[in-house]
Amino acid sequence: MKKIMQDDDLEYAMGNLLRLGVVISSIIVFIGGIIFLYKHGTHIPEYHIFKGNESMFNSLPKIFIGLKSFKGQAIIQLGIIVLILTPIARIIFSFIGFLFEKDLLYMLLTLIVLAIISFSLLAGTKIV
Amino acid sequence: MSIITFTILIFFGSLLAGFLGSLTGLGGGFVIIPMLTLLFGVDIRYAIGASLVAVIATSSGAAAAYVKEGITNIRLGMFLEIATTTGAVLGAYIASYTPVNTIAIIFGGILIFSAYLSLKKKNENILQTTKSKLSYTFKLNGTYPTPEGEIGYKVTNVIGGFFTMMGAGLLSGLLGVGSGALKVLAMDNIMRIPFKVSTTTSNFMIGVTAAASAGIYLYRGYIDPGICLPVTLGVLGGALLGSKFLTNAKTSRLRQIFAFVIIAIALEMLYNGFNKKF
Repeated sequence: MKKIMQDDDLEYAMGNLLRLGVVISSIIVFIGGIIFLYKHGTHIPEYHIFKGNESMFNSLPKIFIGLKSFKGQAIIQLGIIVLILTPIARIIFSFIGFLFEKDLLYMLLTLIVLAIISFSLLAGTKIV
Repeated sequence: MSIITFTILIFFGSLLAGFLGSLTGLGGGFVIIPMLTLLFGVDIRYAIGASLVAVIATSSGAAAAYVKEGITNIRLGMFLEIATTTGAVLGAYIASYTPVNTIAIIFGGILIFSAYLSLKKKNENILQTTKSKLSYTFKLNGTYPTPEGEIGYKVTNVIGGFFTMMGAGLLSGLLGVGSGALKVLAMDNIMRIPFKVSTTTSNFMIGVTAAASAGIYLYRGYIDPGICLPVTLGVLGGALLGSKFLTNAKTSRLRQIFAFVIIAIALEMLYNGFNKKF
């Protein structure tokens, strides 16, 4: 029974961690949004044209360049990256939980999930 | 229409989508993509990207509430996430090689299927024994609290469930939705997991699955800040409102109405897809 208690405590912490991630990312997106609308609000949107690889904020380096000049869109993207990292933090948390329980099988399974997600994120940095 | 008007309109549309999605348990993503494409003429790839981001936000935001009920089976979730994340990465890759009209048609089909699933009766029978050796190897069997105390349940057909989950992940990566209905189907009907456990464990997996395709989406330019801004904040706000309204009141009626609305939207997506309007 003791094991289940630990599971619950860990889950509770994880739930709060996820909510914190969502709150932080929403605040960043909101701030970026205000700047974006202030600078570009009166422009005409071109969302019917897909720019794909030509888009201005589709990789970490491009987003960081935009952040340096306080571009609203770059700040929004930063908030979205925080959001994407939130469930990944949960996976890392689970790993620590399984480590405490000395559950080797599930430590391995958790690492596999982390590896798959990392593959996708690295695809974004053009390494893969 | 200027960017500011566009942003405000999409914000309120997403607020409504998030509200209805949370009340009915169908998720807001299913309404976001048709709304952006059919109503606002947004390219479907931007719509898919924004929807995926909204899916991560709502599933992470709802997790804290679900955890309080204490019925998520973390081991089961982690085990199945190997299937859903693999599927999601594959789906995100396939998406960029699939013509947009084909994606719209698949979306319409899945929409109808999910609406049908949401109207079906849920599995409340609990297996007390299982022949599945894998369920013991991977420690997937668990217990959950009821007013009468902890009840144990056993998991069956682990391999069938695993591959259905991979399919659910693939669709999530291809269409930018949480495919929660399919995840629950895999756990309910195939693995025979009690409904309360499958719903919360599905939510646990949705955010992780969506995060697995998000990197590829970002790199391919699917995630546009101008569209994600009103969609993410709107859907989150709506889901929050929905969870406040969600008492033990009967939502089955609402679920039925919403299912029919979704079928109508699906037909519109199919019609436009077949006429190559995307």
